[in-house]
Amino acid sequence: MSAEFVNVEVNGVAVRAPKGEMIIRVTDAHGAYIPRFCYHDKLPIAANCRMCLVEVEKAPKPLPACATPVTEGMKIHTRSPKAIAAQKATMEFLLINHPLDCPICDQGGECELQDLAVGFGRDISRYQERKRVVKDQSLGPLVSTDMTRCIHCTRCVRFGQEIAGIQELGTTGRGENMQIGTFIERSVDHELSGNIIDLCPVGALNSKPFRFQARAWEMTQHPLVSPHDGVGSRLYGHVLRGRLMRVVPQPCEEINETWISDRDRFGYEGLASADRLTVPRVRASNGQWHDADWDSALDAMAKGLRAASAGRGAAGAGFMAHASCTLEELYLLGRVAEGLGSSNIDHRLRQRDFRDQGGDPAAPTIGLAIADVDGLDGVFIVGSNLRAELPLLAHRVRKAARRGAAVSFLNPRSYECLFPVAHVLLANPARMLTELAAVLAAALEAAGAGAPAALEQLLANARPAAAHRAIAAALGKGKRAIWLGALALRHSAYGELRALARELARVTGATLGELAEGANAAGAYLAGCVPHRAPAGTARASYGRNAREMLEEPLPGYLLLGVEPWADGLQPHTLATLERARFVGAITPFASPAMLQVAHVLLPAAAFAETSGTYVNLEGRWQSFAGAARAPGSARPAWKILRVLGNLLDLAGFDYQSSDMVRDELRAAVERAPRVGYESRFAPARPDLVEALRDLSMYRVDPVLRRAPSLQQTRAGQAGDVEFPS
Amino acid sequence: MGAWDDKRNLVCLEPIGMAHSWSLETYQRIGGYDAWKKVLAELTPREQIIDAVKSSGLRGRGGAAFPMGVKWSFMPRNAPMQKYLVCNSDESEPGTCHDRDILRFNPHALIEGMAIGGYAMNATVGYNYIRGEFLGEPVPRFEAAVKEAYAAGLLGKNIRGSGVDFDLHTFVGAGAYICGEETALLDSLEGKQGKPRFKPPFPAAFGLYGAPTTINNCQSIASVPTIMRKGPQWFAALGPANSGGTNIFSVSGHVNNPGNFELPLGVPFADLLDMAGGIWKARHIKAVIPGGSSVPVVPGETMMKVNMDYDSLKAIGSSVGSAAVIVMDETTCMVRTLERLSRFYMSESCGQCTPCREGTGWLNRTLQRILAGQATREHLGLLLDVANRIEGHTICALGDAAAWPVQSFLKHYRHEFEFMVDHGGRSIVAPDAPRGAQVAA
Amino acid sequence: MSVTEGSNGAASPAALSGHTRAEIDQWIARFPPGRQRSAVIAALRAAQEQNQGYLTPPLMDAVAAYLQLPPIQVYEVASFYSMFETHPCGRHHVSVCTNISCMLRGGEALLAHVERRLGIRVGESTPDGRIFLKQEEECLAACTGAPMMMVDHVYHEHLSNDAVDRILDELK
Repeated sequence: MSAEFVNVEVNGVAVRAPKGEMIIRVTDAHGAYIPRFCYHDKLPIAANCRMCLVEVEKAPKPLPACATPVTEGMKIHTRSPKAIAAQKATMEFLLINHPLDCPICDQGGECELQDLAVGFGRDISRYQERKRVVKDQSLGPLVSTDMTRCIHCTRCVRFGQEIAGIQELGTTGRGENMQIGTFIERSVDHELSGNIIDLCPVGALNSKPFRFQARAWEMTQHPLVSPHDGVGSRLYGHVLRGRLMRVVPQPCEEINETWISDRDRFGYEGLASADRLTVPRVRASNGQWHDADWDSALDAMAKGLRAASAGRGAAGAGFMAHASCTLEELYLLGRVAEGLGSSNIDHRLRQRDFRDQGGDPAAPTIGLAIADVDGLDGVFIVGSNLRAELPLLAHRVRKAARRGAAVSFLNPRSYECLFPVAHVLLANPARMLTELAAVLAAALEAAGAGAPAALEQLLANARPAAAHRAIAAALGKGKRAIWLGALALRHSAYGELRALARELARVTGATLGELAEGANAAGAYLAGCVPHRAPAGTARASYGRNAREMLEEPLPGYLLLGVEPWADGLQPHTLATLERARFVGAITPFASPAMLQVAHVLLPAAAFAETSGTYVNLEGRWQSFAGAARAPGSARPAWKILRVLGNLLDLAGFDYQSSDMVRDELRAAVERAPRVGYESRFAPARPDLVEALRDLSMYRVDPVLRRAPSLQQTRAGQAGDVEFPS
Repeated sequence: MGAWDDKRNLVCLEPIGMAHSWSLETYQRIGGYDAWKKVLAELTPREQIIDAVKSSGLRGRGGAAFPMGVKWSFMPRNAPMQKYLVCNSDESEPGTCHDRDILRFNPHALIEGMAIGGYAMNATVGYNYIRGEFLGEPVPRFEAAVKEAYAAGLLGKNIRGSGVDFDLHTFVGAGAYICGEETALLDSLEGKQGKPRFKPPFPAAFGLYGAPTTINNCQSIASVPTIMRKGPQWFAALGPANSGGTNIFSVSGHVNNPGNFELPLGVPFADLLDMAGGIWKARHIKAVIPGGSSVPVVPGETMMKVNMDYDSLKAIGSSVGSAAVIVMDETTCMVRTLERLSRFYMSESCGQCTPCREGTGWLNRTLQRILAGQATREHLGLLLDVANRIEGHTICALGDAAAWPVQSFLKHYRHEFEFMVDHGGRSIVAPDAPRGAQVAA
Repeated sequence: MSVTEGSNGAASPAALSGHTRAEIDQWIARFPPGRQRSAVIAALRAAQEQNQGYLTPPLMDAVAAYLQLPPIQVYEVASFYSMFETHPCGRHHVSVCTNISCMLRGGEALLAHVERRLGIRVGESTPDGRIFLKQEEECLAACTGAPMMMVDHVYHEHLSNDAVDRILDELK
């Protein structure tokens, strides 16, 4: 589309603007600020607050800048007496029924109404009548309501309609009795619903967990990156006296736009969990735990690990980390393991099938930039509860679907997507293979190609029906992608699923991506926190034990980094296996009863927001952040703990001064590393037995979330895991 | 009786007084559906029909008085998508009750008008949005007439073998004045709250379900068959320049014989008042709201000299509006009257935009304060200022409609407000009655 | 269960009677496919009638389920239009018009008479659940028949106190 431009005047200054652009966007772009409440860049235009009225020459009345398109020769006055009079009139109307309870309002200091009232309000109200009082409804554990403060801008309502895809809030009643709410008290449950807190220009909707905790101006703001999923949403942490008080979005058009998921926003509550580990602890030979100083605890850790490392390679100790650990932590963990001669290291605690890991890419990605998801024409997603796994990626897919993209799923159950879905293939875990094979068969058929020899067995019984053909056809044109979601990654025949998907991508020309779990799965790969790859993605000469193997048979010893395998993994009897190990050490922010049951030495680690580090998201973007909050007690950043541990173990090259040095060393290695083709000795075959699949609650996927009380009280937090029998 | 006898009920109310005036048989007896059948037989060029409506001078009778033919010409009638014609029978401007009579007594005129309009704009589906309170009598009458028209082969697909389709459905509202605003009406028709949409885009581009849509008032559409039958020039010549044709004046209030009077535009108000039997109880005229509650009030003596057409009423600072002529005698307390009107606008504001949502309540509470004897003269200035701050600042015209009565009542009857403020809430029309007493009818 | 279950669990249309559903169906048929939301006003009217004069949350949820709408969209409509009642009230809805034309001809006095006669204030229902005296702010468009009142869907015009008494007494 060729852009047409028109010439307009803003406050006497000539400006060129795209034809049809709304005045407010033109004036914003040229630094002429117009006050507004209902207008928001990301929401449909409502033009209801009337705060942005401006004077346009030749127009009989002031016009709303948010809803008036520019036309050739238009002369706009944003600060003329007529414009100011209209804006002041609106401000007076907005304030007559506003309680002006700013001293007890959490929004105070960051309130759009308060800010604009300074510029456009009067000193004294002319309104002598009784002010409106609105009864509050509970919207659930996350969003607090003080609806008497509401100015009816309807941003929150439009968010539900436009962004979330499900209207939970509405405008009920009419006239001055119009109210924003759910009408019949019920919670807002959408996984992005916390964003209405930011959208609300006044103190009507606020963060419930943050209520009365701090004033906006007391806190310092620190950039952070989401620790809960691979989108890598940019966050701001607001810190008061070293404590992380709340988390809000950091706008980033390429990643999270202006949104964050509820778990990004409220997960921080988990940091203050009662089982937070604040001092090193060591278990004596009599089984009693006692607090220890750092030196003796580190010593005990080094001793324990050494003792467990008599065997080499796969016979050595096991090293497990959570995919929400930083790149630096994971890299140093790998270096410690290497120093102790072990290649038993993994972060993939929920993966069940590792037969094809040799064929892994250097790091999992979705295969395209996150921002480009909006522009996809076709996506086929295999095994994913997308909204729960990656809420903001689901939002991007929703945008694509609303644009007309054909989005299809192959899943063990039907998930409510809140966007138009082209096709859903429903199949139990075993039949997922057959269904995927049928899509591939349809694609091969359309391409006039025969079945590749390696897949002949899987394709033998593939009978493509209309839906399979439609899915294959949609992958044949425009920008298209195939994604393997968490349910595929947890599938006991993941190798076969991936082999089929890979061939489907090859035949159709679609991009293949993996929706790996955790904030830093890609970083974990690059850091060498996998048994088959050294740092920077080079293949190991011989593979160590993967997470499943490490938990099936006890190893002589384990080091757990930020992970609780009994809760983060899917392997049965994990606790019993760990208990049989001679030594279990943990570098962990939390000491749960289970941890105390299996471990021998606990070193208190800084958690999310308390340490500097780097995450690599699913588009391959490296995002570093500084520590924002103080770790409690004597907890220390895990990269520092690992550095000292490296020193104690007499390992060479453990003299990093900062996490940046650790990152830069790895980054250089990644840049140097040859892009080798990986072995793929994997031979797909129809599996004899397919295991049951498990879908985890989205608020239980990492240790911090499991401890975030408000999230746990939500509908999703209350929901149990779902198991799909094979 | 008078000079206007042979000019009454020439268009929309023509069959009134005939037995079963609402039946197809009666309607056909006065030439009903001749125009539609002619269009179907000749497949009259659509342009030609639109031009005829243009030259008839017919203006929207709902209140905005926009030239109907021009509105019809805005429809992208050759666009390939579904287009809609919607009739606004959400009659609810206080004082107005003539669409109800069209629906009850001459529904076929509306049906024929919609069919012709649908054809002219190439809209094959029409909806008649009738207010919910009309469910008892007007809705069944209209629906029965639609049924008759279908049975007679005058509606439906390939009507009379012409290849022309037109389906007509009734829609029934549920009580909201604001749905008389055309874009609020569309939202209501889509199953939402009736909230006016910001324009542009206009309904002709983005209307019902996002499709090109024209919305016309009931009386406007019901006038079309007669215009087609008797010719646009005949219709135009009934009224003065700029005010072609007839209008149904609903005369209510303090007259001896309230009623609907379909008369050529330009009829002198004095004659209209005469036809309504003059002021009741041998009292004197005090004030008239000549076009429904939203138009400015006019003192009686001014009204007695004015003709009821668009330009004449505009010249005295008011408007034909919906042709609801509300007559008040000298016992009327203008403060109380304005308070009642302002209560109406407060409760009928949809609430979406700030000045109207907040301002209509402020106006009403200030007026209540005046009635309660708790106001000062400063409140009169505030009242006017609030009205001025609503006017011109809202999405739709309800804000203006709430402001104009305040402005005009204060302009012409400020002394009554001042008297009440100065006398602790007593009315100038009954200074001895206690504060807030019922004003006798 | 996982979080992706619709907003608040799917409501069931079971609360709607067969008659109500048939009524809704014939309204749905008036609109293009996929535009069943247009039938929400008619559906609420039918549901209110089924329940003798007012809507309940289960009924509104049932309408939402039947028309496949988020419940809030139904609440929005039910709470916006004056002919819907979302709180329990009497089965006969009596609205005395007091808008300008009726006010000029004694509508307010008539309303006061009705209040006295029924022993309730406007906005209330008689204790026996027989009559709900509605707050009517809108003009009912029978101005030339002022004063007037609407009883259920029937208009009564040119009223006197005596006429009102007869009409009210006949309501069962």
